[in-house]
Amino acid sequence: MNRTHLYYLLLALGGAVTLAGLGAAHVMDEHGHAITGMTNQVVWGLPHVFAIFLIVAASGVLNVASVGSVFGDPVYKPRSRLSGLLCLALLAGGLMVLMLDLGRPDRVIVAATHYNFKSVFAWNVFLYSGMFAIVALYLWTMFERRHAVHTKAVGVAALVWRFVLTTGTGSIFGFLVARQAYQSALLAPLFIVLSFAWGLAVFLVAQSVMYAWNGHVLPETVRRRLARLLGVFVGGGLYLVAVYHLTNLYFARQGAFEAFILRDGGVYPWLFWAGYVVAGALLPMLLVLHPRLGRPRCVMAASLLVIAGAFALLYVFIIGGQAYPLDIFPGYAVTSSFADGAIETYRPSWPELLLGLGGVGAAFVLTTIGVHVLDFLPRDDESVGVKA
Amino acid sequence: MNTGDTEARNDDASGAREALAGRRAFLGIAAAGAGGALLAPGIHLIEVAQAAAPAGAAQGANPKVRWGLLIDTTKCASGCNECVTACQTENGLGTGTSPTDPQWIRKVEIKEIKTGRTASLPVMCQHCAEPPCVDVCPTGASFKRADGIVLVDRHICIGCRYCMMACPYKARSFVHEPLADQKPDVPRGKGCVESCTLCVHRVDRGGQPACVEACAKAGHHAMLFGDLNDPASEIAQRVRQVATTQLRADLAVDPGVRYAGL
Repeated sequence: MNRTHLYYLLLALGGAVTLAGLGAAHVMDEHGHAITGMTNQVVWGLPHVFAIFLIVAASGVLNVASVGSVFGDPVYKPRSRLSGLLCLALLAGGLMVLMLDLGRPDRVIVAATHYNFKSVFAWNVFLYSGMFAIVALYLWTMFERRHAVHTKAVGVAALVWRFVLTTGTGSIFGFLVARQAYQSALLAPLFIVLSFAWGLAVFLVAQSVMYAWNGHVLPETVRRRLARLLGVFVGGGLYLVAVYHLTNLYFARQGAFEAFILRDGGVYPWLFWAGYVVAGALLPMLLVLHPRLGRPRCVMAASLLVIAGAFALLYVFIIGGQAYPLDIFPGYAVTSSFADGAIETYRPSWPELLLGLGGVGAAFVLTTIGVHVLDFLPRDDESVGVKA
Repeated sequence: MNTGDTEARNDDASGAREALAGRRAFLGIAAAGAGGALLAPGIHLIEVAQAAAPAGAAQGANPKVRWGLLIDTTKCASGCNECVTACQTENGLGTGTSPTDPQWIRKVEIKEIKTGRTASLPVMCQHCAEPPCVDVCPTGASFKRADGIVLVDRHICIGCRYCMMACPYKARSFVHEPLADQKPDVPRGKGCVESCTLCVHRVDRGGQPACVEACAKAGHHAMLFGDLNDPASEIAQRVRQVATTQLRADLAVDPGVRYAGL
């Protein structure tokens, strides 16, 4: 099979996944959310896990470009374009999922014409659309040599915007005063640090695939630096997740919630400890930081594990956080017909999963088209003295 | 060209002009008719809406009023569901209690863990003075009326459910399925969020919420509705005399619903 055929095959595969997602959204729109696992208690489900991952990773993946053009690092500079493309693709995929999961996706235009400026969601409408514009401009300055002088200035704007954007995403949850799982100022910085690891993991997977496709080999020094950076980011994320839970454990009123998430909650403690802590953080750190490991396959495996761990963490955070009941009557045992005082059982449905995967498919299709029609392949100039 | 020809041509021309004018007039009438046919139902709906609007609605909600509820848990009977049934009937809600069915009001049974003391009480939208649902709504669909009633504008709710995440009382429901047989006073729709309106359609006509009426009819008199801002109102006098509680008072969202005997 030649490369053109392979390109169209990949495009068809990505397109099919995206179409399946669009079809699922249509079915959800026809029948209502009753066919999903979402309820009046778990109001955000699997689509939100996918959407938040894609949006947070979109912010983090731009880190590579920032290090390259803002801080002028020669290892990162050739990777800036790919970083920008992945940012746009992931953001588009995430927003697609978020919009198609609305109860009234046909009214998405209302979200652009009616604003409540006290709402973090309304800020995010501006932050997301602004991100598209700034990154598009950023890519333009990178592709068009005449505008290359502006790359740094636009890069700084993108860097600042990215921080604000992820602050906004973290604050979606941070501002929820009444939910035990959220209501923490720590969530904004936590999401920023998590974005670094998730974005870099996505970048490393995309880069490895592109290098294999083109028969290139990543210089070892470059690979080691990127791998080490991934290890540091994953460690940083794990540290802040630990601080988040430790602060909760310190507050007596949060004790029951923490016991649910970390010990008694069935699927949630499993996903947290085995999925996120071990498979999504400790194992990848070992793979990329251990002096006798760090080989290309180790880096690829670590990146995929970080992505899987991200989904596990977000599932626990978003769905586990809602499954635990609201504490409307502290100190009381509570029962009602509306699941007051009860742990909600959430069963993800096929339409939700397909919609979420559709967002990933859309990001894949956009990236595939981008790297096919424009020159996004990172090229390392071996003469550049890369720092080990 | 002779004169006769010219006259004949002039006649033809004037005839053509008349015909054209006739066609224009016809087209004009047809267009007006078509436009009228298109607009008439809308105008008719506006008339219906205006006819349905209660007297005084044109001025809007009165900012001097703060509608509220006082629920006396010592009078609320465990197992009694009259308020819930009345709400379902009044607002055209179903009677289902599956996790996706809307419940604007539900009876909650509570038992203090340390002492074993029990109580039964209805929980619905608490009509907060500082409603978190209004803060987080991206489009402004969640809003608070000047008289303190918190509502959802069904025309601009996009169904993001952020308000449900933000509500400290789990007071909101999402319409998970297509609806039929709605009440004219209570428009609802699949894909939108909804909650207790404090029977705003009754209140605007000078009435009381259906749950309050049903509770009194059942002989319990556990629910009292009125203007918290009017010192002479029964509810204002009672909250002055009796110790009452706002749920999750620590959040300082100042609910308009108060509970006595908790």
